[in-house]
Amino acid sequence: MKTINQKAWLFVIPVLLLVAFNALIPIMTVVNYSVQETFGNNLFFWQGLDWFEQLLNSERFYSALGRQFLFTGTILAIEIPLGVIIALAMPRKGFWVPVCLVLMALPMLIPWNVVGAMWNIFTLPDIGLLGYFINNVLGIEYNMTQSPVAAWVTIIAMDVWHWTSLVVLLSYAGLVSIPDAFYQAAKIDGASNFAIFRYIQLPKMKRVLTIAILLRFMDSFNIYTEPFVLTGGGPGNSTTLLSIDLVKIALGQFDLGPAAAMSLIYFAITLLVSWLFYTLMTKDDEPKRGDRI
Amino acid sequence: MLSWMAWTWPTALLFISLFTAIGILIVIEIRHPGGDERKGVLGLVTTRGDRLFITLLGSAYINLAWLGLFGMPLWFALAISIAWGVFCFWKV
Repeated sequence: MKTINQKAWLFVIPVLLLVAFNALIPIMTVVNYSVQETFGNNLFFWQGLDWFEQLLNSERFYSALGRQFLFTGTILAIEIPLGVIIALAMPRKGFWVPVCLVLMALPMLIPWNVVGAMWNIFTLPDIGLLGYFINNVLGIEYNMTQSPVAAWVTIIAMDVWHWTSLVVLLSYAGLVSIPDAFYQAAKIDGASNFAIFRYIQLPKMKRVLTIAILLRFMDSFNIYTEPFVLTGGGPGNSTTLLSIDLVKIALGQFDLGPAAAMSLIYFAITLLVSWLFYTLMTKDDEPKRGDRI
Repeated sequence: MLSWMAWTWPTALLFISLFTAIGILIVIEIRHPGGDERKGVLGLVTTRGDRLFITLLGSAYINLAWLGLFGMPLWFALAISIAWGVFCFWKV
């Protein structure tokens, strides 16, 4: 009979503790806060589901949510196709491969608040290179501190600049893993470039693209630092995304209860969209036991 | 440690029932390994754990929708959630 060694459980304990302290206990605390009211001093008063009810009937929440979906939808619609196109155009071997890879990775190495500050200065109409160029050379009025449209264009351009690289690198990794035999077979069959893309490259990239879209969805849906540094949620409320609104409620007004309720709804939305997306993308895969993520 | 987490009995009960549900699934999994994988009416391949997840996430949305549309009390939403859970474990 095979002896069963149960020692493996011991090795799982550190990760369990880590998850408990950085995810489980904070989430439990947020759930506890969401049904209570506090005025500080660690004194809490039972409030029931009032915060949830208030939030679900608040126009402010729905408009922030709408802006959030608009932002995430727009950047996904730009970054995913653009990333795939750039990955397709990158060389597969030779001297230029490391050059391209390093250039691509550069934006991702910059801290988020620095990206915000950089783009802020870059787009200022009087001193910023881009802002000055658009206003004075092209003659188009552009001021992201005053016009909501300009502010939106700027935060989207900033996110595309910052994160398209991630899609590129992931797609590129998917592309280089395709064996040459596939291309040779396609050549023999006289397949067009589009057919190669549609029937060889795209299916082979499906897994990495799923990861790329999921990562970009979650990151952009929870984005805070860059738009906060760049526009501070303005002009007016036009770029106040969900997380910016959340921080205003939690830290600006110290309304921990409503902020906790909002966090939980926020969490539920992220969870549902990510789950739906992952399920739909992997639905057609052959089910294999032990191969589930 | 427990005081800063601001525990209340209702939220404690919520988590106790969540962990109990996961515990029951673990016990069933030990008795009948394999997760009872099947293809349900939604065309998804689900295990028992998936079905619990769908039940819980769906219930959260049912209760939130009820709260937003009709407000308190939530007894009817709870009934819909239980029906949803039964449907999930039976058909999905």
